[in-house]
Amino acid sequence: MREPTIFELSSPGRTGVTFPVSDVPKFDLPDDALLRKELPIPELAEVDVVRHYTHLSHYNYSVDEGFYPLGSCTMKYNPKINEDTCRLPGFLFTHPLQPIETIQGNLALMFEMQEWLKEISGFAAVTLQPAAGAHGEFTGVLMMRAYHKARGDSKRIKMLIPDAAHGTNPASAGMLGMEVVTIPSDADGNVDLTALKAACDDRVVGMMLTNPNTLGLFDQHIVDVVKLVHDCGGLMYGDGANLNALLGIVRPGDLGFDVMHFNLHKTFAVPHGGGGPGSGPVGVSKRLADFLPAPLICIQEEADEENPPLYGYETPKQTIGRMKAFHGHFGAIVRSYTYIAMHGPDGLKAISQYAVLNANYLMARLKKYYRVPFDRICMHEFVMEGRFEGTDIRALDISKRLMDYKFHPPTNYFPLIVHEALMIEPTETENKQTLDSFTDALIAIAGEAQTNPDIIKTAPHTTPFGRMDEVKAARELVLCCWLPENLPD
Amino acid sequence: MNTPANLKYTKSDEWFDAASGKAGLTDFAQSQLSDIVFVEILVSAGDKVEVGTPIASVESVKAAAEIYSPVAGKVTAVNGELAGAPETLNSDPFEAGWMIQVEGADAAGMLDAAAYEKDCEGRAH
Repeated sequence: MREPTIFELSSPGRTGVTFPVSDVPKFDLPDDALLRKELPIPELAEVDVVRHYTHLSHYNYSVDEGFYPLGSCTMKYNPKINEDTCRLPGFLFTHPLQPIETIQGNLALMFEMQEWLKEISGFAAVTLQPAAGAHGEFTGVLMMRAYHKARGDSKRIKMLIPDAAHGTNPASAGMLGMEVVTIPSDADGNVDLTALKAACDDRVVGMMLTNPNTLGLFDQHIVDVVKLVHDCGGLMYGDGANLNALLGIVRPGDLGFDVMHFNLHKTFAVPHGGGGPGSGPVGVSKRLADFLPAPLICIQEEADEENPPLYGYETPKQTIGRMKAFHGHFGAIVRSYTYIAMHGPDGLKAISQYAVLNANYLMARLKKYYRVPFDRICMHEFVMEGRFEGTDIRALDISKRLMDYKFHPPTNYFPLIVHEALMIEPTETENKQTLDSFTDALIAIAGEAQTNPDIIKTAPHTTPFGRMDEVKAARELVLCCWLPENLPD
Repeated sequence: MNTPANLKYTKSDEWFDAASGKAGLTDFAQSQLSDIVFVEILVSAGDKVEVGTPIASVESVKAAAEIYSPVAGKVTAVNGELAGAPETLNSDPFEAGWMIQVEGADAAGMLDAAAYEKDCEGRAH
């Protein structure tokens, strides 16, 4: 049964709040030409509002409810202890404008987080400010531009970006007016070195590369890629979206990357997907460290025998300025700090090992039934084709049918270089039984494609609303809840 | 897949009609994109375009794509109907779905229908 909208539930005169008799003089509004004549506010009792939104919340699907293999999003389980720590009163009831002497615990945590992220990534310095991944990218690209400008090198305007990249990469470079040059992938899913070589010249700002890439593949020539870009004077940007494959195994800083953003809401277990906010710290190599956003957290006075260190703020010499109010999303940083502290170095390494093992297990079980275009050992995720010879079933249909089997669908139609792409990332937090039931569902769907394709084409059958008409939804936008003629002249 | 023999093609899925000077997106590309829900023509009559200049931005339920000019020349007209009826690109990509008209352009270096079909087949697998 369809849940009515809050407007349909409205009944004139019903109310959840009784206002007292006004004890202030009545005042006529100065210019009612600026005001709407009607404002349809739903009228309901408190209990009706609570029930309505509780019903809607039951339609929701989350990682607390089931498997969520949304590729490139790292929808790992978010331990509840992180919610306890970020609500500790010392974190919750402090303000960044307080004198530093009164918020030493917060500053110590942020300082240590900077240090930990440096150790994990191999970078020389880290800012915690950026709000999330794409904001981290923008911060990183601003620093790359500032670096070239500071050297008096003004003709660099080209950003090299592989065709497998996340769309945010060209968007970040484009927002700074840079010219995006697409570098194709080769037959093994690596960066095409010949094409890269041809694009490398003295107009290159740098390259933005996700490694492992969005096919879930570690670039087998990563050292050559970095060298080609560095040799033409460019900088290497690492998109940290896929860092969950590398913890304790490979450090991007050691590979020669100059700058990378972390997604705390992916790799380090901050809830995301409607539950934000995220957090996108950025690490940089030595030559970019002076350009970091200000302020960074530093030790202002070293510890001595009687006193702990005094933590405070510092401004990098050639800073690009502030990227975010105060210190970024502090609550997210506390959650990730808790997560890293809980796991320690060996635990973090085990996270990546299990993430990679789980993805390879799924791929090994599924590749007999679905075509895997780049068939080699994958990292934390892999991409397969959602289509079957002799049928017109598409990736979207398979995803809809998976909902009948009570699984969140994988990422659809990305990366763009794979036909009918289904991008699957199990993460390390899933056990073998879950992985088996997910693969069993996909294998069953591959069977249905031959025996009963209609049940896939018309799926989902068990959800409250069935198959949505996404074409109609996109072509016939209705973006407000009352009609334009009711608006003031 | 429909590939009229009188047109020339690019590997990035644009077509050009030397007789009329019109250019647009191929039938193969629209079938790969599936239902197109948004079109924005990025150039205006009077603009000069080069080979590779972005001329339109297209969104389907699957993906977003940039469409590039297959030829160099001066734009004499753009198809103003498309923005209000993006589905035209699915139903009639070579006629009503034209995007821009260019004067003084030639199709040098473009693929003929047979070569384009072969290129598409290579990509479908």
